Amino acid sequence: MTVVVEENTVLEFKGRMLMMTVLQLKNLDANLLHQEVSQRLEDAAQWLQEAPVVIDVSQDLEVDPVALMAAVDTLRSLGVNLVALARTTGIDSDTAAMLGLGTLSLSGGRDVPRRSEPAPQVEAEKVPTATQRIETLVVDQPVRSGQQVYSRGDLIVLAPVSTGAELMAEGNIHVYSKLRGRALAGVRGDGSARIFCQQLNAELVSIAGHYRVAEDLPEAHRNRAVYLSLEGDAMQFTALS
Amino acid sequence: MTKIVVVTSGKGGVGKTTTSAALATGLALRGFKTTVIDFDVGLRNLDLIMGCERRVVYDLVNVISGDANIKQALIKDKKVDNLFILPASQTRDKDALTTEGVEGVLNALRDDMKMDYIICDSPAGIEKGALMAAYFADEAVVVTNPEVSSVRDSDRIIGILASKTRHAEQGDGDIPARLLLTRYSPERVESGQMLSVEDVQEILAIELLGVIPESQAVLNASNSGSPVILDIDSDAGQAYSDAVARFLGDQLPHRFVNVNKKGLFGRLFGG
Repeated sequence: MTVVVEENTVLEFKGRMLMMTVLQLKNLDANLLHQEVSQRLEDAAQWLQEAPVVIDVSQDLEVDPVALMAAVDTLRSLGVNLVALARTTGIDSDTAAMLGLGTLSLSGGRDVPRRSEPAPQVEAEKVPTATQRIETLVVDQPVRSGQQVYSRGDLIVLAPVSTGAELMAEGNIHVYSKLRGRALAGVRGDGSARIFCQQLNAELVSIAGHYRVAEDLPEAHRNRAVYLSLEGDAMQFTALS
Repeated sequence: MTKIVVVTSGKGGVGKTTTSAALATGLALRGFKTTVIDFDVGLRNLDLIMGCERRVVYDLVNVISGDANIKQALIKDKKVDNLFILPASQTRDKDALTTEGVEGVLNALRDDMKMDYIICDSPAGIEKGALMAAYFADEAVVVTNPEVSSVRDSDRIIGILASKTRHAEQGDGDIPARLLLTRYSPERVESGQMLSVEDVQEILAIELLGVIPESQAVLNASNSGSPVILDIDSDAGQAYSDAVARFLGDQLPHRFVNVNKKGLFGRLFGG
């Protein structure tokens, strides 16, 4: 029986990779910020106001939460489309919530936070995904073009995956056949997720948001049995004998 | 037991209507009472291919909306016994098709007209018309040209057939879908311009019903309003005949898949 994501009439979770702009602040002085951003807005107003922006801070900047909140206000007043604060800013979720912003990790859940306090928070969130393998979904029918399969744990596919098909898993993905479609592992940020396939011909592969398109797959591994993993930010391809 | 068969493809222009006409005619020739229905509302072609375009009074939408009953709308084929055509509407649009309406028509064909086979000629695409043609099907014939875009679209439609039919919704599982490869040219396959039968089967992974060669006979058939299967001397006509036999369960080898190597005499006498 093919297990596919069926249409729900109330809501649907969709795994998506989105492009966002990271605005890295090097100075939290409200006046300077106002000046600089206004200038930039004159040059590229629409783009800047529409692009979803995540605020980050440069490594050597001392982050004073009050100053950061003032900076957020300034940016907002200028119409910048703020979406979230990067966890590297050291701002906790509650403070961020007061600003009406979420927090997110900029590097697939493996941030080294700048302050010691948020560290436990990051680790605590990581542990569930790393040790808790929820249901493994096994699919034994071909996954056809246009079909999407989502697994909250690992995903094992025993039949070919056509171009135009999408495999998504919060854990690992194993394709014991030809992989011609897209495979996105670790979709909730688990950078330790891996993709295994018997014949690599994928349109796109991704682990925790780090992706490669078909063009960028190493020639040596094309059409072969390979497993893909993430080392830092780089995708590693290892031949399966 | 009445069998409803959808002839579909995803991609346009690959030979669905030609195939629907040939399949329906082939079944009727073998004694089965058959109706072929055109689901392409607004872009009606089946009546041209079947040669009954000058006898259309009522169409599928008329029957659905109750302007006519099925007996009034069905056109009896002049060349072959047991064969009936239900044309599509040319002036309405596909919103006139409703699930209940189509179900009503199919029930009437089954119960009142006692049809053995109902062939549903699907429009191209994956929108309402195509979905409606496939919804009540017991079997599917997926028509594909041996080239990349047609194969991808066929793959898409096979995936849709696995979930968007009544049988699938009721939990009976996938309806059997078989591949009909059309416009096949062994010379082009050999020169690498087109995909081979094996290439296509590797991607689509469904049973092969038949291979129809690229043939002038198809154009002649549509021009004369006589389904190509009636042109028994032509390669395409014979290939369709083989396909109908396989559809009914015969095992036949696939002809017209290899390049015709002309021997010396062939070259001398242009055989």
